[in-house]
Amino acid sequence: MNDIITVANKEFRDGLRNRWVSAISIIFALLAIGLAYFGSAAAGRVGFTSLSSTIVSLSSLAVFIIPLIAMMLSYDSIVGEDENGTLLLLMAYPLSRWQLLLGKMLGHGAIMAFSTLLGFGAAALIMGSFSATTSWSELSVAFFLFIVSAILLGWVFIAFAYIISVSVAEKSKAAGIALVTWFMFVLVFDLGLLGLLVTTQGDVNPQLFPYLLLLNPTDIFRLISITYFASEQVTGLMAVTQHVQFSTSTLFLYLLLWLVMPTAIALTLFNRREL
Amino acid sequence: MNIVSLNKIEKHYQGVHALKGVNLELQQGKILGLFGHNGAGKTTTIKLILGLIKASSGEVRIFGKDPTSFRSRELRQQIGFLQENVSFYDHLTGFEVLHYFARLKKSDKKQCHQLLDQVGLNHAAKRRVKTYSKGMRQRLGLAQALLGKPKLLLLDEPTVGLDPIATQDFYKRIEQLKQQGCTIILCSHVLPGVEKYIDSAVIMGEGHLLAEGNLDDLRQKAELPVRLQLQGDIALPDNLAEKAYWNEQGLTLKVAMKEKMAVLRQVLSLPNLTNVDQYLPTLEDLYNHFSASTPAPRENS
Repeated sequence: MNDIITVANKEFRDGLRNRWVSAISIIFALLAIGLAYFGSAAAGRVGFTSLSSTIVSLSSLAVFIIPLIAMMLSYDSIVGEDENGTLLLLMAYPLSRWQLLLGKMLGHGAIMAFSTLLGFGAAALIMGSFSATTSWSELSVAFFLFIVSAILLGWVFIAFAYIISVSVAEKSKAAGIALVTWFMFVLVFDLGLLGLLVTTQGDVNPQLFPYLLLLNPTDIFRLISITYFASEQVTGLMAVTQHVQFSTSTLFLYLLLWLVMPTAIALTLFNRREL
Repeated sequence: MNIVSLNKIEKHYQGVHALKGVNLELQQGKILGLFGHNGAGKTTTIKLILGLIKASSGEVRIFGKDPTSFRSRELRQQIGFLQENVSFYDHLTGFEVLHYFARLKKSDKKQCHQLLDQVGLNHAAKRRVKTYSKGMRQRLGLAQALLGKPKLLLLDEPTVGLDPIATQDFYKRIEQLKQQGCTIILCSHVLPGVEKYIDSAVIMGEGHLLAEGNLDDLRQKAELPVRLQLQGDIALPDNLAEKAYWNEQGLTLKVAMKEKMAVLRQVLSLPNLTNVDQYLPTLEDLYNHFSASTPAPRENS
């Protein structure tokens, strides 16, 4: 356990030092405040509007950017050490592979969690202070839920990045595969589902269809915000879930599953990697 | 006690038959030089000893235990390793790098300072590794290998990038460690000047052990001629003249080891001889001799 903490600690400090933490925090804070303030600009108003529409539109933007940041943060975690020559060295130390992998993941996970909390938390504070219509209690629960789900989404994609990082031999290749993976989950999957809906002219079993969304962690993340603000008018692909209501805790459970499975796969693949 | 023992090791590795029936034994407190071209199997041998890879067949024992078994992770506490071309973490300072590795090896901060001092990096401890020269990186790598109190040291090309003075310091340090009972494997292409420090040498080629033993054994096995360098205005007798040729330093005679004394007597009795220098075959000569000879085909039992 000590070794895991040592590795995680180094990874987190690296994140602070090379400005990952501050960069991610600032991006998230600007994103949240900007959306909250200008979110209703299309309707001819500026200023902090309703909390629910802010969170829902925030989640549909964050769903693009969080996976991308998580991937960029950790795609080179293992393959980078390998190219550096330090992987071989570390493995000659009294440190097993799973300890190294979990330590690094923990470090990257902490960077992600810390900056998500900092960025979106700061945005919540600013909104709470300037908005006349939203109460603090409403705001804090909504943002808490959003931040926790955002952190989990980040972790899921960190785990994906680790699968890539332990399976390839070159950093550039890992970067390419990470980009494709991001593209598949964030865009292609939803387009595919929409295509399926359209070509079958809605003739898919409406009970089954929402479950297909569980196959994509980014959709689960969006569902969490949407189900929390059930009253909000939902358009697009998310509207299909109106037939089946998932509870928030069920959705979190699925997101956790999406974290555990890739982590296990990354561990298995890393154990098989030849040095 | 044998610290390292390899028994009939075969290794197929990334599509290559990297080791072909390698036997090796190394006793405590000895320094072994492991020599060979690129691809001769040196690095594979080192990785096997470290337990980073498993032998395809045969038996590897380090301190009497299998280095790949789960339990043997504790063994690595006692092993120091420096690999070729290590580059470390550029954005950390020298001290931070060493401290990170020290924590993984359950060693303390005090030893980090001591080691940095010993390798002469104290002045640069607070500078980022990015600003280090190749020699400084190499010295940091050495400090890292010496963390804890290693009983077995594996050093791959340890003197690459070191200036002559640092190289001397390095060898002195190796001597000290040997006296403390440390067993050391130096791995290299050919190291000029390493002869004095190693107890025995192993020359590898294409996955075989081509030759093994201390330098005297190797010289006898190789039957390389001794070179006599003669100076002065001399006329050689006929039986020697055919073995002689001129070069910049004077007249050179190549003589088989067993004829050496007879020839020397004859030469010394020559009039006008002003100087004789004798050159035994160097490690480099031996290395070239053994790695040029094609490996004998072996039968696998």
